[in-house]
Amino acid sequence: MDRFSWSNGLLEINETLVIQQRGVRLYDGDDKAKLNVGAALLSTHRLIWRDANNHDCCMAMPLSQIIFFEEQAAGIGKSAKIVIHLHPSPANKEPGPYQNSKYSFIKLSFKEHGQIEFYRRLSEEMTQKRWENTAVSQPIPTGTGPQAGRTRAVGIVGIERKIEEKRKETDKNISEAFEDLSKLMVKAKEMVELSRSIANKIKDKQGDITEDETIRFKSYLLSMGIANPVTRETHGSGTHYHMQLAKQLGGMLQAPLEERGGMMALTEVYCLVNRARGLELLSPEDLLNACKMFESLKLPLRLRVFDSGVMVVQLQSHSEEEMIASALDNVTEKGSLTAEEFAKLLGLSVLLSKERLLLAEKMGHLCRDDSVEGLRFYPNCF
Amino acid sequence: MFFRTLTAVNTASTAMSFEWPWQYNFPPFFTLQPNVDTRQKQLAAWCSLVLSYCRHHKLYTVDVMEAQESPVFNNKKIERKLSVEAIQVVFEELRKKGNLEWLDKNKSRCLVMWRRPEEWGKLIYQWVSKNGMNNTVFTLYELSNGDDTDGEEFHGLEDWMLQRSLQALQAEGKAEIITMDDGKGVKFF
Repeated sequence: MDRFSWSNGLLEINETLVIQQRGVRLYDGDDKAKLNVGAALLSTHRLIWRDANNHDCCMAMPLSQIIFFEEQAAGIGKSAKIVIHLHPSPANKEPGPYQNSKYSFIKLSFKEHGQIEFYRRLSEEMTQKRWENTAVSQPIPTGTGPQAGRTRAVGIVGIERKIEEKRKETDKNISEAFEDLSKLMVKAKEMVELSRSIANKIKDKQGDITEDETIRFKSYLLSMGIANPVTRETHGSGTHYHMQLAKQLGGMLQAPLEERGGMMALTEVYCLVNRARGLELLSPEDLLNACKMFESLKLPLRLRVFDSGVMVVQLQSHSEEEMIASALDNVTEKGSLTAEEFAKLLGLSVLLSKERLLLAEKMGHLCRDDSVEGLRFYPNCF
Repeated sequence: MFFRTLTAVNTASTAMSFEWPWQYNFPPFFTLQPNVDTRQKQLAAWCSLVLSYCRHHKLYTVDVMEAQESPVFNNKKIERKLSVEAIQVVFEELRKKGNLEWLDKNKSRCLVMWRRPEEWGKLIYQWVSKNGMNNTVFTLYELSNGDDTDGEEFHGLEDWMLQRSLQALQAEGKAEIITMDDGKGVKFF
C-alpha cells in the first residue's frame, strides 16, 4: 500500500481514462486497508483509487510500479479480487496514505463485480505500456486526506517545486530560441560592414556602372545600416536614452528628409529608422519621445503636429511660408488640384500633400471645392 | 397680387437676362469654406447674389427646398449645388443683415427683402415729394398698382412689404396710415 501517493485525481494532458469501477476495497497485502469502499480507475498511466464519499481522498500509483497481477476467484462471503504485485517504492515517491508496508502486493476487492473487465483492460495496458510514450509528470499531491496536516506543507513544497521546474524549462526554451537570434545579430553586423565596403568600392569604380544604378544601390545600402544603434542597453532608459536616440536620428534622417522635400510623416520615419536599425528595433513610443527632443537639443529637425493630428518630422530649415507658397504656385499653375494630384506632382505621400494644401487653405491662400468628385483646392479668389 | 417663386423664373421669361457674378462659375463658391476669412468673403458674395437675383426677378418669398433647385444655388453648367445647410447659413447671414425674415419656425420659408422697409419708405417718400403730393391721401392699392406709380421701382410691391415701408415712414413721422372702409390708406406729410 505504501506505493500509493496522494493525488488530485485529475488526469494529465496525455493521460486517458481506460476504465472505472465502483465498489472497490483496497487490501494492503492480506489485510484490509483502513479505507472505505471507493472507485478504482485505470488510466493509460496510473492506477487511481478514490474514496466513494470523500472525493478529495484520492491516491494513485504509476502502472510502471506493477510487476505482475493475478485474479483471485470469489468464494463464499468473499468478493473476487485482483492481486497486484509491486516493485519497491522509489526513493523520491510523493507521500501517500501508508508510510511503509510489510507487503509487496495489494489487492483490489470488487464488491460490485466488474473485475473481469478491469482485469482484461489492465492486462491490455500492461502489454501496451502506453505510459512509456508520454511520460506523466509526478502527480501533484493534494493537501487533503487522512493525513492532511502533514501533507499540506509537503503539498505546497511540491507545487513550488513544480513551478520551479516549469520556470527552468521556459528559461531553457527561451534561451534556445534566442540563441538563433544572437547568431543572426552577429551576421547583421557583418552585413552592415559588407554594405559599407561595397559602398566604398562603388565610389572607387563609379565608371563601371551607370550613375542611376549607383545611386539606387547606394540608397539601398544607406537605408540598411546604422553601425552602432543607440539601445537601451548601451544608454540606459529614460531621458538620456531618448536624447542619444534623438541625436542619432538627427544624423540619419537628414539625407532622406532633404530627398523628400524636407518633410516626412512620422510613420514613414518609423519604418525607415527600424529598417536601418536591423534587429535593434525601436518602439513607436521611444521614437516619438526622441523626436520630441529634437528642438530642445538644437538639432536641425523638428517634430510637427498638424491640426488633423498627423505628425511629421521636418527640417528646421524647411520654412512654412515656402511650403505654402509652393502649394499656391502649383495650384495656380494647374487651376485646381486634389491632394492626390498634388502628391503625384511633388512625389510626396498623399497625407502630407493634403496637409500642405490644408495649411495653405488655413493661411487663406487656397479655398476648397468639396463635391461628389472629391476635394479640390483652388486659389483663393474670394 | 402676383406671387412668384424662384423656380417659376427658370423659364427665363424676364426680358433682361440676369448677370451672374464671376463667383457663380467658381466651383469653391458652392462649398462652404472652412477658413473664417475666406468664408466671410464667400458669404458676402452669396448675400449680394441672392439679393440681386431676387431683385432682378422681383421675388419676395423664398422656399428653402425650392431654392436649392433654383439656378441661384444650382449651377448646372459646372455641376455644383449649394447644400441645404449652406443655404441656411447664407440665409441666416442675410437675416443678420436685416434682409431676410423667416416665415415659420422650421425655417423652411422666408421673406427676402432686397430693400429693407426703411429703404422702400424712403423711395416712396421721395416720389411723393417729387410730385408735390404731400398731405395727400393714397390707398395702398393706388401706391402699388396705380397708374401714377407705373414705372416706379415700388410699383408692384407686395402688400406686406408696402405696409411695412409705410410703417417705417410713420415711425419717422413722415406719413400716417389710415384705416378706411375698404382697406387701408396713407397720408404723407
